[in-house]
Amino acid sequence: MLNIKKLHKSYPIGDSSLHVLKGIDLSVDSGEMVAIMGSSGSGKSTLLNIIGMLDEADEGEYILDGVPIKNLTEKKAAIYRNKFLGFIFQSFNLINYKNALDNVALPLYYQGMKRQERQELALFHLGKVGLEPWAHHLPNELSGGQKQRVAIARALAANPKLLLADEPTGALDTKTSYEIMEFIQQLNDEGKTILIVTHEEDIAQMCKRIVRLKDGLIMEDEKVEQVRASQYV
Amino acid sequence: MFDRDLWREIFQSINMNRTRSVLSGFTVAFAILLFTILFGIANGLNNTFAEAFADDANNSIFIQSGTTTKANKGYQAGRQIQFKNKDYDYIKEEYGDDVQFITSRIYLNVNASFRNEKNSYSVRAVHPDHQFLENTKIKEGRYINQLDLDNKSKVVVIGRLVEEDLFLKTTALGKYLSLNGLQYKIVGIFTDDGGDNEERLIYMPVSTAQRVYGNNDYVDQINLTYNPNMNYNKAIAFSNTLTKDLKDRFDVASSDQRAIRVRNLANESKTVNQMTFGLGVIIIVIGFGTLIAGIVGVSNIMIFIVKERTKEIGIRKALGASPKSIISIILMESVLITAIAGYVGLLIGMGVLEFVGPSLEKYFIKDPSVSITLVIGATITLIIAGGIAGYLPAKKASKIKPIVALRDD
Ligand SMILES: Nc1ncnc2c1ncn2[C@@H]1O[C@H](COP(=O)(O)OP(=O)(O)OP(=O)(O)O)[C@@H](O)[C@H]1O
Ligand SMILES: [Mg+2]
Repeated sequence: MLNIKKLHKSYPIGDSSLHVLKGIDLSVDSGEMVAIMGSSGSGKSTLLNIIGMLDEADEGEYILDGVPIKNLTEKKAAIYRNKFLGFIFQSFNLINYKNALDNVALPLYYQGMKRQERQELALFHLGKVGLEPWAHHLPNELSGGQKQRVAIARALAANPKLLLADEPTGALDTKTSYEIMEFIQQLNDEGKTILIVTHEEDIAQMCKRIVRLKDGLIMEDEKVEQVRASQYV
Repeated sequence: MFDRDLWREIFQSINMNRTRSVLSGFTVAFAILLFTILFGIANGLNNTFAEAFADDANNSIFIQSGTTTKANKGYQAGRQIQFKNKDYDYIKEEYGDDVQFITSRIYLNVNASFRNEKNSYSVRAVHPDHQFLENTKIKEGRYINQLDLDNKSKVVVIGRLVEEDLFLKTTALGKYLSLNGLQYKIVGIFTDDGGDNEERLIYMPVSTAQRVYGNNDYVDQINLTYNPNMNYNKAIAFSNTLTKDLKDRFDVASSDQRAIRVRNLANESKTVNQMTFGLGVIIIVIGFGTLIAGIVGVSNIMIFIVKERTKEIGIRKALGASPKSIISIILMESVLITAIAGYVGLLIGMGVLEFVGPSLEKYFIKDPSVSITLVIGATITLIIAGGIAGYLPAKKASKIKPIVALRDD
């Protein structure tokens, strides 16, 4: 699915620069569910953003689904993001003046799908996260868990190959977190490849593999026995 | 551009952010409102000028006499110069084809009455050509003709308002009007664009007036129009020669400004044309100034909007929005806001002109309004202006990096 070799990234800070990723080697197969852990500032989000083509690496190789990601034009990047990737953020990032249905339909709009068709598909995905009755509500009329479920439905709508989640449960209480994880596990069961950034150990244990970052390097990379979220819900 | 989904996106965004949109439109609406009112006022001033000259043919020359201010050829200063019929004949013969129409004028004041209605009026005793010099329009009957002059007939042509004053609702044509006790047959009724005073006049043959009131061959004034094929310079040269000839004829010093006065409208219409042109330039400068201010205003607010929507744009990009689609959405929003706001400004401006227009006439602003061409022109300009205003912000928006936009802060 994805292959990363000797990836480096630094941020300029004033005159000097901050070396955040210092040579990451990582490969993820189709169908995996990987947790990326590490202390705050260890570069988890940076890595995920590069994988999600929201940011670019300074050095190293990144191949996504057989396509080398390097010096892409904005237009190409837009197409890949739209076709390959689905994002889930800690702060949901819904568009606040669009109702749940329109938010979910937005990636489909950028795919060029007809209105009627995309509304139906969006409704189907909202149904999958159990929010069909909330389709015409604005984000600020929804609870945190509901918002994140809308975001998941949106990430899924375009049927991406790779789902990237940056602390998807970071803004939620434990119970809601587990509900969200249950969804994500179901998606993985259906075959989606998923990367989750988290610093909660229990959330990481619900994945199938844990990658731990420290000082810009992968310190540990282990397969784990997946804890099913459903047993807590 | 004619993508319905795109328009839906834009309307949704405008609709959901109404205050913001109204605010950004406000500067444009205000600029256009100002422009419309200024333009209307300038138009009104122009109309006033145009009307001041609509009354007379603008190739007119007026010749009047007075008293000499300088001694010349043995004559003392203070001599009264009096034009007579032979002076009229002289000009007519001497200048031939250079003269298009020519008339003498004698001014009289009379008390007119018909049955029980009485009023006093000014009379102009004239030649038939006077009709064309003064742009007199015959409403009923006819004007003074050569036969009237030859026969010294006691006939008059009266203004529309004279008929209204004295004949009330009945028709005056063919009736006899008493002027200072003498009966004159009304052979015509006229109208005139020069205003009410011009329509309270009475015309009679110059020969009749000379016989009845003084029994002499005096005339007060000679008016003529020069051949309309003459250009401005020729017309000025013509009136200069005419002035010199007449001064020689009456032994008036060539530097005497009072004894014989020749007024050439070509001079004045040139001044007015220059003024109108100057006014037009000022309006265009002000118009462009306000429009540019409006564009800068919208552009600034659009940049602010883009900043405010940075996160939204980042989200859109993360979901696969192409740079082009981001540009379209911002650009179209700018065009739409500018066009709608500009239109609102235009409509309010037109309303204001309509409403206060009539009360401005005493300030020499007549019928201030804007034309349909201006409205169409403004629409096109506004759309272009919106495009210009939106271009920079849109470009800025398309360059937003999703990673920067999505960072939590
Ligand atoms: N755009 C940027 N400019 C400068 N420094 C940055 C930028 N983005 C991140 N950093 C720095 O890079 C380091 C890694 O940041 P990153 O967001 O990847 O950490 P993280 O592991 O996700 O941390 P957290 O758990 O707090 O989210 C941090 O020290 C951060 O301050
Ligand atoms: Mg982070």
